[in-house]
Amino acid sequence: MPWSRIIFTVLFIASIGLFLFNVYRLIAMLCLGRWENRFDHLLARLKGVLLFVFGQKRVVRRAFGVNHFFIFWGFMILLGMNSEFLIQGVFPEFSLRFLGRVPYGALLFATDIMSVVVLAAVALAVMRRIAFRPKYIEASRDAFLILGLIAMLMVAYFGVHAAEIALGETDMGGWMPVSGALAGAFATSTPEKIHRSLNASWWVHALALLAFLNYLPYSKHLHVLTAIPNVFFRRIDPVSVPPRLKFELGQDFGVSKVTQFTWKQLLDFMACTECGRCEDSCPAHGTGKDLSPKEMVHRGKLNLFINGGSLLNSRPIDTLAGAPREASMVKPLIDGTAESIPEKDVWSCATCGVCMEECPVFIEHAPKTLEMRRHLVMEKAEFPEELLSLFNNMEQRFNPWGIAPTDRAKWAQDLDIHIVKEDAPADYLFFVGCSGAYDSRARGIALAMAKILDRAGLSWGILGTEEKCCGDSLRRLGNEYVFDQIAQANVAQFKKLGITKVVTHCPHCYTTLKNDYRAYGAEFEVIHHSELIERLIAEGKLPVHARANGRVVYHDSCYLGRHNGLYDAPRHCVEAVSGQAPAEMERSHGRAFCCGAGGGRMWLEETEGKRINIDRTEQALKQNPAAIASACPFCMTMLEDGLKDLGKDGDVKVKDIAELVADAIE
Amino acid sequence: MHIVVCVKMVPDTTLVQIDPKTNTLVREGVPFITNPFDTHAVEEALRLKDRYGGKVTALSMGPPAAEMVLRRALALGADEAVLLSDRAFGGADTLATSKVLSEAIRRIHENEPVDLVFCGLQTIDGDTAQVGPGVACRLGFTQLTLVDHIYEVNQRESYIEVRRKLEGAFERVQARMPALITTTREINTPRYPTVPGRLQAASRALPVWSNDVMKLERAEIGLQGSPTNVRRIFAPQREKGEIINGLNGAHLTAADCMLNKLYEWDILNAD
Ligand code: SF4
Ligand code: SF4
Ligand code: SF4
Repeated sequence: MPWSRIIFTVLFIASIGLFLFNVYRLIAMLCLGRWENRFDHLLARLKGVLLFVFGQKRVVRRAFGVNHFFIFWGFMILLGMNSEFLIQGVFPEFSLRFLGRVPYGALLFATDIMSVVVLAAVALAVMRRIAFRPKYIEASRDAFLILGLIAMLMVAYFGVHAAEIALGETDMGGWMPVSGALAGAFATSTPEKIHRSLNASWWVHALALLAFLNYLPYSKHLHVLTAIPNVFFRRIDPVSVPPRLKFELGQDFGVSKVTQFTWKQLLDFMACTECGRCEDSCPAHGTGKDLSPKEMVHRGKLNLFINGGSLLNSRPIDTLAGAPREASMVKPLIDGTAESIPEKDVWSCATCGVCMEECPVFIEHAPKTLEMRRHLVMEKAEFPEELLSLFNNMEQRFNPWGIAPTDRAKWAQDLDIHIVKEDAPADYLFFVGCSGAYDSRARGIALAMAKILDRAGLSWGILGTEEKCCGDSLRRLGNEYVFDQIAQANVAQFKKLGITKVVTHCPHCYTTLKNDYRAYGAEFEVIHHSELIERLIAEGKLPVHARANGRVVYHDSCYLGRHNGLYDAPRHCVEAVSGQAPAEMERSHGRAFCCGAGGGRMWLEETEGKRINIDRTEQALKQNPAAIASACPFCMTMLEDGLKDLGKDGDVKVKDIAELVADAIE
Repeated sequence: MHIVVCVKMVPDTTLVQIDPKTNTLVREGVPFITNPFDTHAVEEALRLKDRYGGKVTALSMGPPAAEMVLRRALALGADEAVLLSDRAFGGADTLATSKVLSEAIRRIHENEPVDLVFCGLQTIDGDTAQVGPGVACRLGFTQLTLVDHIYEVNQRESYIEVRRKLEGAFERVQARMPALITTTREINTPRYPTVPGRLQAASRALPVWSNDVMKLERAEIGLQGSPTNVRRIFAPQREKGEIINGLNGAHLTAADCMLNKLYEWDILNAD
């Protein structure tokens, strides 16, 4: 056996060994997290992998993603020939020829072409980072190193094959047009010279390949290994409904140590490609706050590697088990130093979910933020001081402002509205929500709803003073303990009253009643008023007449749109009463920009950077609307405040879709 | 340092309405809460404990349900709690209440000497502000009412230095311990309980002292021991003026309503 083969064999075994060891360490690291079942819905998961990995559906949403599409597919195709190459290094007789001449030839052909494509894509990626870099992409050494390695692989590939063709060592030359053309460059070289060049290219290729394999786990290109499983194990439900907690002593209430995350959440940290799309679309980051979902994930990964690494080092190598509950951490998770997450950022998030919608590998940012909030609120009682009165008001008076529960039906005192009782049921329960019941502006929405429900001739009623807040803000702010009490009380009350259909005009109530209450045994149907109104109009049960409302621009509520997929119903309502589809802002539907009130941010001061609601209002004003239509009382407040601050409240109105419809009823 | 803090369960009076026909308080459905002033007393006791170390014992007199205010104190960080509950204590005015409370503190004191007693300035259901001073007199403790800041507790020389908020003035005083302090609402912002704190507090056994334990004279406690006699409760009649409620008109805020009135009365000119 020639020396070169022995050297390669040793190198090959060492690097494969090291690679497998690295993979094992990563798996051991995942096992440190808590258990979570992500093995259900296998068919949907496979479908997702086909669509989002092999189809690169999310990646190509942005124009430059096409570049990645080619690199990805280049890799897939090159995988075959590269495996052959590595095995041949040890067993020179090995060849994929056994596939048959034509399939083998086709593989060679595809590899040859794809190598050029990848080379071009890599060159573009390098240029993008140098010449026209968007600010959410970093021109890191890591990126250049890996791009350089890939380019080197491709060049060496051509070096090997062109030389082989020039030497006449292969009868497959016809299948490799590019290598064949390049072989022409050797026309004047002596066979020894070509041999030397072949040898050099071969070693460059071999070393680059092995280096690539072992550099992966230490770089952002770890995603080459983790992205596919991460897409497979993504959450299938459209909404991120946090798990219900058990309130018993000895339990953890939230996450303060990285190992308290579930294995899937840890996998998220490892899967980030640092593409920056989440950061680019985050309303908090976009308005000058430090919070960046990308940075959060990155810091989570660093924190995991430091703490997980030290935990793994401190125990036998063959242990695959969760971190013990009392395990101490080298580095705290919520802190603010380089490898941890600043407490301030945990509170900046509006849980709008656009980061999750944009992430090509389905990383779930907001649920992690929520777990950290849970820890801060429930285990440490540390939170922005504005929340103290909110929490106490919710616990004692079941509304955010602490207004008397006995005033909850005041908005309806001049109307003859049925109060749902055990012996006085109704088909629909109109869940008014705190805004509709107490907020002087949002009461207009409740009144419009009352008119609509009456005119449609539905049997409906309200809970009156017996209604309590749904608890949305509590839950998103991490006060699960009080949320839990409210949720239990509400579900029990709904069951006692035999309620089967609930209508609400508040997307926060909607998502909470519909999704979050599932774990509390809720079985009633929850309908957003946009869905109901859309249906009533379509069925001809509401005598609406389209009138010229002027230009109306529609603002998507995050909890209606992204979290629950309701994009069209509210738009249809606007269309029915104004005779034309609403105007769209630059960012709408799945990419809509939050109003800034979600995730309990409604109750928090916003002092860092620009206020999100002002930014969103400006985006709406760019469309020169006469009115901004919303389908959420919180959005309405935020946009109206935005208009006031911009001095435009005289010119532009914010109207809930129910108000627009009620105005259009004869 | 051993601190006793007195807390009372009260109806959330801001929600209590007076039945205009019978002139009685409509208490149905009104939730019970910790007297808001007492939440500041508890907080200040806990802050002193955080600062100087020691132990906080929470004390309450009331029906069995009043254990909720004690559990809240425990959840926040109090070490012990005692509920004084007996039908014989019921119907007490401030005199009889201070009798029972001071006797309970004396018992606690005998067991483990008490350095400071904290009470809220007053309760929101009675608004008398008499119980704190009453307890101090009976115990012979220094009486420091209306305290809105504590400068220092000197345990070695056994004195405390506080600021009292008087009408139009502050008074900075040094006083001998043991002392009884009644707190204003400005003294601090109460903390929020952690969930492990709540769960621990909920799972603890709470000692209840009935009169079998206290062995007080019937004539000194409860209704019998209360010289105060409530004859009638009524809402003061408003002869002039009007409360403008911004919530009535669905689209009008309070300020809008007010402006409208001012126009109406020609105090302001609409142009
Ligand atoms: S949920 Fe919204 S606000 Fe929060 S990090 Fe993601 S994009 Fe930013
Ligand atoms: S979290 Fe997702 S969107 Fe954000 S940088 Fe990482 S891969 Fe890109
Ligand atoms: S809108 Fe829903 S969550 Fe929000 S305050 Fe009202 S009831 Fe509570």
